[in-house]
Parts: sequence; C-alpha cells; structure tokens
Amino acid sequence: MDTVLAIVIGGLYAAGFYSMLRRSIVKLVIGFILLLNATNLLIFTASGLTRGRPPLVIEGAETLAQPYADPLPQALILTAIVIGFGVLAFILVLVHRAYQTIGTDDMDKMKGIDT
Amino acid sequence: MKLLIVLPILIPFATAIASLFVRRWILAQRILGVAGAAGLLGAALALLKMVEGDGIQAVQIGNWPAPYGITLVADLFGAIMVTLAGLMGFAVAVYSLASMDAQREKFGYYSLLHIMLMGVCGAFLTGDLFNLYVWFEVLLISSFVLMALGGERAQIEGALKYVTLNLISSALFLAGIGILYGKIGTLNMADLAYKLSLEPQSNLINSSAMLFLIAFGIKAAIFPLFFWLPDSYHTPPVAVSAIFAGLLTKVGVYAMIRSFTLFFVQDVGFTHTLILIASGLTMVTGVLGAMAQNEFRRILSFHIISQIGYMIMGLALFTPLALAGSVFYIIHHIIVKTNLFLISGVVYHLDRTYELKNLGGLYRNKPGLAVLFMIPAMSLAGIPPLSGFFAKLALVKAGLEMQQYAIVITALGVSLLTLFSMIKIWGEAFWKPEPTKSEYMGSEQTQISRKSQIFFLSPVVLLAIVTVLLGLAAEPFFTLATRAAEQLLDPSEYIHAVFGRKL
Repeated sequence: MDTVLAIVIGGLYAAGFYSMLRRSIVKLVIGFILLLNATNLLIFTASGLTRGRPPLVIEGAETLAQPYADPLPQALILTAIVIGFGVLAFILVLVHRAYQTIGTDDMDKMKGIDT
Repeated sequence: MKLLIVLPILIPFATAIASLFVRRWILAQRILGVAGAAGLLGAALALLKMVEGDGIQAVQIGNWPAPYGITLVADLFGAIMVTLAGLMGFAVAVYSLASMDAQREKFGYYSLLHIMLMGVCGAFLTGDLFNLYVWFEVLLISSFVLMALGGERAQIEGALKYVTLNLISSALFLAGIGILYGKIGTLNMADLAYKLSLEPQSNLINSSAMLFLIAFGIKAAIFPLFFWLPDSYHTPPVAVSAIFAGLLTKVGVYAMIRSFTLFFVQDVGFTHTLILIASGLTMVTGVLGAMAQNEFRRILSFHIISQIGYMIMGLALFTPLALAGSVFYIIHHIIVKTNLFLISGVVYHLDRTYELKNLGGLYRNKPGLAVLFMIPAMSLAGIPPLSGFFAKLALVKAGLEMQQYAIVITALGVSLLTLFSMIKIWGEAFWKPEPTKSEYMGSEQTQISRKSQIFFLSPVVLLAIVTVLLGLAAEPFFTLATRAAEQLLDPSEYIHAVFGRKL
C-alpha cells in the first residue's frame, strides 16, 4: 500500500508542478489543487499507514493497544484541507479578477505591465 | 502572568473583529486601528520586559502538557520580534490615516492589517511546527488580500506572483512537517530538539531540513528563490508595502533561525555551509538588482533581498557573536526598511511618481524630508554611528573570527554598493534640480494638508529617532541581542521552559 501511495503522491506532485508551469492562470489553480492533495497524502503516508485500527480504547482497557492508527496526522490533514479550501477560494476570485482586469489568462501577456 | 504571552495574539484579533463590526464608520475603524496597534506595542514591550527579567516563558494552551498540547513560547528573540511587529504595526497604522484612500479603508483595510499582525505575532510565539504553518497561513491569506485590495492592474499581477510562490512554499513546508513527523513522531519544537539530541540521525533529518530551508527561503526571499519579491512588493499602496517590507520576509528569516538553531543542528557542516553560500549570493544578487533599477520602491525592494543575506550570514556562521549580529541586524533592518518605504510614500504624495527620473529638487523644497531620508539610508549602508554600522561590524567581526574571509569581503563590498544606490536615490530624487514640466507628464507638486502632514511625518520621525538611538546607544541593545543569541545557541533553557522541568 505504501508503494502505491508513494507513486500516486509522486504523480500528483509532478502533475501539479507541470500545471503550475503552464502559461494559463487557470491551470495554475488546477496545479495548486493537485499540489495540496499530494502534500496531504504525503503527510498521511509518511506518518505510517495502519489498516482497520481506529485509535479507540477497548472496553475495559486503560490504554490503547498497539497497533492503532495515529490520529494526529489525520487532524493535521483536516486542518490543512480547511486552510487549503480557504486559499483556493481566494485564488479563484483572484484569477477571475485578473482575467477581468487584464483581459487575458496568458502569463506571457501579463508580463511587464507592472513597470 | 501567562496572559502576557497570549496578549500579542489576542489584541490584534479583537481589534480586527471590532473593526469589522464598525466597517461602515471609517472614523471608528481608524481609531480602533491605531488604538489596537498601540495596545499591541504596549503588550509586546511588557512581554519583552518580563522575558528579559524572568527568562523564557511558556504557556500550554488548554493545559495539555508539553508534547501533546499547543505550546506558546516567548524567548528573548521571539519577544524582540513581537515588539518590532508592534512598533511597525503602530507606525504603519498612524501612517495609513493619511495615506490610505477611503475606498480601501471601507473594504476592511484595518481589519486585514490587524489579522496580519496577529499571524506575525503568532508565528513569533508558537512552539509547535504545525502551528507555525497555521500562523503562516493566517498572515499569508490576509497579506494576499492586502496585496490585491484595490484591484489595480499592477497589483493584480504582483498578487498573482506573490500568491503562487507563497503557496508553493507552504506546500513544501507542510511536506517537510509531514516527513519530520513520520521520522521523529513529534512536532513540538522543544520536544524535537530534545529527541534529536538523543540520537543524531543526520542523513534522514537533512531531507526535512532541506524542505524547510527551501520553504522558509522562498518566504524570506533568499537566493535563488527571491524573484517574486521585487515583482510584487512595489505594487500595493505604500503603507501596505512598508509593512510587508519590514515584517513579512523577516518572518521567514525568523523561522529559519529558529529551526536551524533549535533542532536542525545535527549536521552543521552541511546545512550551515549551504546557508552561508546562499547568504553570499543573496547579498550580491540583491544589490546588483537594486543598482539596475530606476524606481524608488523597486530599488528598496531589491535591497530587502541583499539585506536578508546579512541576516542569514549570522545564522550560517553559527557563533554567539554572529547570531547576535543577525538579531541586531534584523532589529535594525525592520525599522530602517519600513521607514524608507514610508518616506517613498511621502515623496509619492508630493510628486505623484516613484520614477527617479521624474523626481528632483526635493532637497530645495523639503530639506527636513531630505534629512529624514538620509538617516535611514545611511543606516542601511552602514555608516557609523547609525544602527546599521554596529550590525555589520558584529557580522564582519564574527566572520573574521571564523576565518570565512570570502563572506566578509562580500559583505563589505555589498555594503559599499548599497551606499552607491542610496546615493543614487539621494542624487536623483533630492539633489538634482526639479525636471521641468515638459520633460514628464506628471501633475505639479501637490501640497499635503497640515493635518495629514502630522500623520505622514510622525511615524517617519519616530522610526528615525529609534534608528539613531539604536546607533548612539548601541550598547544595551547589543547586550540584549547577545543574550538572545546565547539563548538560541543553548536550547536547553528553551526545552526546560516548555516542559517545565529538566529533561
């Protein structure tokens, strides 16, 4: 499972960076979404995968029995997803506004208008 | 007084919320904005005094003991940075009263400014890596909006670059956090420092260290990751670019110094040599870029980059004196750079242009302003007895002690070139005769009303006085920086403060 996820993460990173390097600003947003998901999966995979073992204390026991899924990375990813959504919403508005103001979604045509 | 550590986060937060409630009344927003910033400055000064007297302070939010809960820590370095954030917030809030247009104020400029200050203070005070990421996002999102607020063409383009690069850096930072957690099993900085000191495993840790270095490097704009900065920092209104220039890149530098003194010290020979090379190249590229520019704020933006080089040079040399030099340099640079941007705004309001070739004759018309420009400009170049001189002296001395002659020569040469480009601004904007009207299409010189003159000039004068004080009375400030550096180099006190016991 780790290997499969590693390949998926690598693929997502590659696709994300490739999209970000394209000239269209819409593809920049798509690249950002891929990058975000790749990073979340990376946290999930790097902190160890455990199948079917929720971090619940069994009835009658005092402590958790090994092995159990680590809840912290899941909490981290949850936070990261929420933050990511917020930023994504902002970028979508920004890209829309950029298209309205500048009249193009091509990075090359935007070059140098700030000078 | 555990409350004092939380106050620098709570005060800007409360101010931002309160100004949202009164967003229809600009006057109320203005009063709240300035009062909130003054409150933050007061709380920060109290915190600095407490940390200086009683040592490192830590508080566990929600009373969960150290490695499990969220920790806020204030050591001397963090407290100094919070104080500077308060001072800059106050200066810029006062300056905004005169320079910000009503449209932007109506769209919640003051709330955004305070949310950004909250994020900055949070990043300076947190003792947990994931929280550092969260605070980074808080300050980034508000800075994105501040950057784009107003929606002018240049602003939108600058914002696109700024947003993209910062998001990539955040993603890399998050990836670094994930990998580090997978290897060590903790994200509390003190716990990390302790666990890593028990069993050094340099090769594995270096991968995370490099991800962190790149992530913080993008935020701090070091070579070769700086190119977004001069493209975006000169686009928003001047009050916004002043606070960005003063504070935001320094959050990256702070995070870099914190992580590379506290827990990434396994393989100093590798990581810190890399930082040293980056610092030299950062200085040179920044100053060369500045020399090629002909626009007031672009020159200043490029100078930020070259000065970041000095700050991480101290980190790279990794001796008490060098780190003290870094801390002092950051103090000096935040004040001076914000001041220079504020002055560029005053010049803009007089002449309606930032282009140096269209400026001129300011010394004849406004000799006071010329003097006010000269103080931070000479300080930036490192002319004694101003603050920049002592900062550079410490770094150069530390470099000589470590026998790193190449970096010392680079640092000295770059400060000569800095002087050159400051003289260029001086000569073009202040000294040369005013260009006749036919030479450019700008409107004629506008007078600033007496009331807004106070708001324009009082922050500039305040920061200039602080710069002179930092230079003339360098001794107490330098002692403070030295003590901060000693705390940075010896993590045991930090760990002890966080865990409340010796480990």
